[in-house]
Amino acid sequence: MPELTIKERLQSSRQKMPTLDPEVRRATFDEVALGYTHEAMILEAERCIQCKDPACVKGCPVRVKIPEFIKALREDDITRAVEEMKERNPMPAICGRVCPQETQCEALCVLGKQGKPVAIGRLERYVGDYEVHHRACPPTIRSAATGKRVAIIGAGPAGLTCASDLAIRGHDVTVFEALHDPGGVLVYGIPEFRLPKFVVQAEIERAVDCLGIDMRLNTIIGRTYTIEELLQEEGYDAVFLGSGAGLPILLRIPGMNLNGVMSANEFLTRVNLMKGYAFPEYDTPVKVGHKIAVIGAGNVAMDAARSALRLGTLRAQAVGGALPEVHIVYRRSEAEVPARREEFEHAREEGIIFDFLVNPVRIHGDEQRAVSGMQVQRMALGEPDASGRRRPMPIPDSEFDMDVDTVIVALGTSPNPVPFNHAAGLERSKWGTVVADEVTGKTNVRPIWAGGDVVTGAATVVSAMGAGQRAAISIDDYLRGAEW
Amino acid sequence: MYPIVHKQILSPTSKLMIVKAPEVARKASPGQFLIVRVDERGERIPLTIADFDRDAGTVTLVFQELGKSTKLMGTLEVGGGFRDVAGPLGHPSVIDNYGTVVCVAGGVAIAAIYPIARALKQAGCEVISIIGARNRELLFWIDRMEAVSDELTVVTDDGSYGDKALVTEPLKDLMASRAAEIARVYAVGPAPMMKFCSLTTLPYGVPTIVSLNTIMIDGTGMCGGCRVEVGDEVRFVCVDGPSFDGHLVDWDMLIARQDYYRDEEQQSVAHWEEACRLSAALGEV
Repeated sequence: MPELTIKERLQSSRQKMPTLDPEVRRATFDEVALGYTHEAMILEAERCIQCKDPACVKGCPVRVKIPEFIKALREDDITRAVEEMKERNPMPAICGRVCPQETQCEALCVLGKQGKPVAIGRLERYVGDYEVHHRACPPTIRSAATGKRVAIIGAGPAGLTCASDLAIRGHDVTVFEALHDPGGVLVYGIPEFRLPKFVVQAEIERAVDCLGIDMRLNTIIGRTYTIEELLQEEGYDAVFLGSGAGLPILLRIPGMNLNGVMSANEFLTRVNLMKGYAFPEYDTPVKVGHKIAVIGAGNVAMDAARSALRLGTLRAQAVGGALPEVHIVYRRSEAEVPARREEFEHAREEGIIFDFLVNPVRIHGDEQRAVSGMQVQRMALGEPDASGRRRPMPIPDSEFDMDVDTVIVALGTSPNPVPFNHAAGLERSKWGTVVADEVTGKTNVRPIWAGGDVVTGAATVVSAMGAGQRAAISIDDYLRGAEW
Repeated sequence: MYPIVHKQILSPTSKLMIVKAPEVARKASPGQFLIVRVDERGERIPLTIADFDRDAGTVTLVFQELGKSTKLMGTLEVGGGFRDVAGPLGHPSVIDNYGTVVCVAGGVAIAAIYPIARALKQAGCEVISIIGARNRELLFWIDRMEAVSDELTVVTDDGSYGDKALVTEPLKDLMASRAAEIARVYAVGPAPMMKFCSLTTLPYGVPTIVSLNTIMIDGTGMCGGCRVEVGDEVRFVCVDGPSFDGHLVDWDMLIARQDYYRDEEQQSVAHWEEACRLSAALGEV
């Protein structure tokens, strides 16, 4: 292919991501976005103008060497692309799927000025998928063993990244995970149709198992061991707390404890971690009715709504009955929707109904204490609030009833205090998050570091990975003799 | 894998297993529970820790075969094991020398009350125990309960052992005759039984601690499936419990929530039994 001019690159169009047809995907948990073909990958990689001072990298919490990996792709050198990628990101197949690129790397891409940034996320996924499908353990250069032991609490994005970086630096790393599978939110939260579990498994194998990191599942820090015991009895030299934000925030309205009202955490854990969509082949049931309301409009709400739609459609196909009707009930307007644009659009394509400027007031129940409806009220947007978004205000006398039989609450999560309840003196914010230095991840208690959602509250996979990486640098310095 | 080192049939529907899980045994206390999973496709099943041996690194589980998961558990043998054992979970029972206490248990929950009664006895309490079951066959550990109780009353629904009565009846008699000297009551069993025990002691104002066994997934506070209303508060059984003040629990809500997956439980059993029949038939061929 002849070398393109800058002008040609600027004028080229962004390669579309092939997706399953919306009609098909309503009835399957198979992945929606299918990934670039080799041809599309080359065409997209050709679009990058290889900025001398690349802005995109500054938008990436883990500072992926974006121009470098794209150049390698353009030259069709996948091995080099993987190497360039892995220097900064141990889990590209995951990040390529779930990062909000439109507010990070792609938001800063020079080509974005014309609304067509290079599809960095899709190219990243291409690189990650190549490794997932083609390579077992990659060759890694590890520093000489230091003999220092680090305990990582939580096998989610923050912990896994921190563990991987510390193992590469020569430390002896153990990851403690409360659940029966590693991955944290990647396995219990994000559904198969957005992030297939074999991808998560494969990337964890490469990032963790290949480095000889000891993964201790079913081990609940705060119960099985306390942080203090890890440091004083079990011989660890440092602890990284990456236990995430696992506690569901429930609504304080009448009817919250009726049957048919679930936290998104419960619903998604049944669907994803326990594979409830495959019940009774898998033993854990999950049930939705015919008219489902999901409260909230973040990524978790989209995941819950689209999972509920699939469960209801599969049931209708299997045993008959009406197709499900799934609503997203959000108290602000479309402009404030916090979900990734792609998830919002996918949800809309699949037939999720969006009820904007509507807020729940109470949930009605029947004699069996099951949901029989939901009273809501209409909202209007007032002046901007602390978050900078316009504050929703109830419109007087605007209450009406929605005919629903299932309510899923997706209004966010906060850190679960179980892992650090026993850690005396560990400073926490009024939101229940652990206070840690933004750059180093150090808490106020030596030698405990923290990072990811446990510090920030529910955020993104990649920001947690970034925090894990930064903490690993600080922990490594400390273990090599730097002052606390 | 967590190996099963001992298995015992306690009654036609109850089995005991001693499982090697040193990290759980190391920290276990009376009143706590753990979560097991039989295999890759299994449910996470919360079970009370009926006993533990820190030196041997084992925990004792007693379960009733009710749904598919517990029936499947019942087919496991010594030499086999569980894919997952996680714990100990929940808060330990609060044990002290309270003076005279009453321990009440129905059915398979005899296994759950036993470590509590033993700990109370060791703390110096006078322990009055009342245990019951539908019939004689479903009773077990009478000897163990005798060993840790100053008085033991055993009843059955059909009168095949002890008096023909529900456990609430001897409890009611005790309240009528000796409520003033009873410091607290511990009740473990099916939700309706704990509800009626709580109602029995309420007029006498005797503090009554119940151990709730709700639907649960992770057991660490993540899903909220186990939530109950206690007084005016919503509490999670897994992290705030499993022990609560029985006089403050909203029992009707609790019972309704326990029934939510009844249809699916039946479907799961039917599916499993069909699969067992098919594989048996194939075996004959």
